[in-house]
Amino acid sequence: MLAYIIRRLVYAIPILIGVNLLTFALFFVVNTPDQMARVQLGDKHVTEDAVQEWKAQRGYDKPLLINGEADGAEVFIDTIFFEKSLSLFVLDFGKSDAGRNIAADIEQRMWPSLAVALPTFIIGISVNIAFALFVVMFRASIFDTSAMILCVGLMSVSGVFYVIAGQFFFAKEWSLVPISGYLGGADAWRFLLLPVTIGVISGIGGGTRLYRTLFLEEANKDYVRTARAKGVAELTVLFRHILPNGMIPILTSVVVVIPSLFMGSLLVESFFGIPGLGSYTLDAIQSQDFAIVRSMVFLGSVLYIIGLLLTDISYTLVDPRVRLS
Amino acid sequence: MELFDVRLHLLWSDILIFLLVASLCAFVVNVVRNPLARKRWSQVFESRIGSASFLVILFYVLIALTDSVHFQKKLEQAGDSEDVHYAPEVTSLLDLALAPMLGRDEKTYSAPFAIHSFAKENTELAEGGVIRDYPRLEHGGSHLEDDAQHGADIVVKSMTIIGWTLVPVLILLFLHHAFIKKRDSRLPWPVIYFTFSAVVVVSSWALYMSQFYHVLGTDKVGQDVLYGAVKAVRTGVLIGTLATLVTLPLAVLLGISAGYFRGWVDDVVQYIYTTLNSIPGILLIAASVLLIDVYIETHPEQFKLLSDRADFKFVALCFILGMTSWTGLCRLLRAETLKLSQLEYVQAAHAFGVSRWRVIMRHILPNTTHLILIALVLDFSGFVLAEAVLSYIGVGVDPSMKSWGNMINEARAELAREPVVWWSVIAAFILMFVLVLAANLFSDRVRDAFDPRMSGSGDKQ
Repeated sequence: MLAYIIRRLVYAIPILIGVNLLTFALFFVVNTPDQMARVQLGDKHVTEDAVQEWKAQRGYDKPLLINGEADGAEVFIDTIFFEKSLSLFVLDFGKSDAGRNIAADIEQRMWPSLAVALPTFIIGISVNIAFALFVVMFRASIFDTSAMILCVGLMSVSGVFYVIAGQFFFAKEWSLVPISGYLGGADAWRFLLLPVTIGVISGIGGGTRLYRTLFLEEANKDYVRTARAKGVAELTVLFRHILPNGMIPILTSVVVVIPSLFMGSLLVESFFGIPGLGSYTLDAIQSQDFAIVRSMVFLGSVLYIIGLLLTDISYTLVDPRVRLS
Repeated sequence: MELFDVRLHLLWSDILIFLLVASLCAFVVNVVRNPLARKRWSQVFESRIGSASFLVILFYVLIALTDSVHFQKKLEQAGDSEDVHYAPEVTSLLDLALAPMLGRDEKTYSAPFAIHSFAKENTELAEGGVIRDYPRLEHGGSHLEDDAQHGADIVVKSMTIIGWTLVPVLILLFLHHAFIKKRDSRLPWPVIYFTFSAVVVVSSWALYMSQFYHVLGTDKVGQDVLYGAVKAVRTGVLIGTLATLVTLPLAVLLGISAGYFRGWVDDVVQYIYTTLNSIPGILLIAASVLLIDVYIETHPEQFKLLSDRADFKFVALCFILGMTSWTGLCRLLRAETLKLSQLEYVQAAHAFGVSRWRVIMRHILPNTTHLILIALVLDFSGFVLAEAVLSYIGVGVDPSMKSWGNMINEARAELAREPVVWWSVIAAFILMFVLVLAANLFSDRVRDAFDPRMSGSGDKQ
């Protein structure tokens, strides 16, 4: 097991280098440091000196990928790519292009993100499983059919409309909760109520439908028929046999997103003005602050890879038949 | 002839969409020839939901296609010069059909079917003095002699046009039912007739009423909302189809070769899709879209018309969306190919010395079509929804291009007004919801027909 985990972590390194190369190429090769400097300095008539000074201050005055003037290993080390991107591997995020400490920002903004993402995730999954089980209980009836039509209807509404409708009715018309914003401490729940509710509701359609399929697959298996044949009550079949076995694919499929919950949701946070990592990233993209975007992309991929690893481990935990090799 | 004083100006997305239609036609011919595929597809169309949703999708696609034939109108010759000049903006065939909604801009917001503006204005009276009231609209309901007839006029006009459309449609359907319909056909004709007449009646009603009123009101600058919402159909349909067009070759090529050749090919493909997957998708899209913006700004000489710029950004967006979402299908195809290449008939083909290329084309690819098809139809609605979200956070299609995302984006400010301007967001909602719902329902039927294992039990239509 330990050997497997270590091997997977070693495999992660080339993937992370690939991620870095890709973001690097996206931002630097097409959008040169000169152009970045002009955007950041924000003036049409920037002097060449100002651009050079801006680049020198932030270490963007070096060659991009290969330093032809240096010798030996310095060819690769004394470059923007090495200094800016590879330092991320030791979690050294450095300073943003606007001069802020990224690591401190992340630490501060992580909590609002988690405060929205974690309840949304847990409540969402519980609600979806409960609904799916309920529908499976009445399978092949008119209730089942109409519930599925309703689910497809819910799936066909863009997430943006849920946000708009939620903000319009709950916050503006009925003044139950604030429209957007965030406060730390005990008052936070008032600001969290709406985003979490919207997050859960917008996921119900797709989630219920997917979990229903998984439960139904389980419900058609031989051991369930045997259980019924020997006279086990329908509810017992549902909760003792179908639910635990149906949970295996559900759990293993959601494990991959758990680490990424730290990153928060780009959309929900920007719609509701929550100062989390999602809106942090979005702001950075819009102001073309590459240092932040690079750090967030790196963080996101690390969390995703951890998620993949956790998925594999969770398979062995919930299903003893699976062995890691 | 005034009609022919035009110059065809096809945008890149126009060319791509017509290429796509051509390849779809080839696909249909292929299906008709293949008895097994024909059986599967007839199963889709024999279900009531399947054929109804297909008709609705077809209607949207038709709108998108007529909106994809662009041309520039010839301008009036100035004085005695011999030079022929063309209008700097492009017009589409759809614009000609929607002519009643064009050129009838009001000053600002007005509610659906309103004859008065939504905002109060100071008007000077003829006998002196100023009153502050809702001014009369310039175009909406301008045919009315007496404003008191307003309500009655809407009802009478609606009845008239519905009657005038329904009668020929019913006669047509009756003729079809009586003479052309094959007796042994198992298609759900009542549903098809109903959907067809509903689509025809609603669209001709909206078109006819637009001559007199603004059916869905007007927006901030006084443009007809219905016009904008219908023009946005092209953006929605094209983003769904063109982005899938990008995912398809990548996913099929890489997925099948990874599963078939294994070894280092498999390693490389797995590496590529894990890397792409591990970057949060929306970040990748946002970053790429910003790059496109930079490119357009630094190369203004490549884009002569405003619509060329918007179109370039649009095609790039489709490309980016496709590039970030092929990994799911690729993984599915890789797993399926791994499984298939172990099967006896593939082994037998190898033993007989059939070339690898031929094994892939004859034995592996045809057996993965159901996966490809299901993924394609499912992706379509996903892309339409994604456009709205992306435009809403400002990394979607060009603001000058009509799209549902842009409409919703503008509606953010309108909903905060008092009293609320609700019609643009409702217009975008309805048109988008109908398309996505139809696509979702259709994809369900396709999945049931091609992959019965996944459909569960008990919901057969």
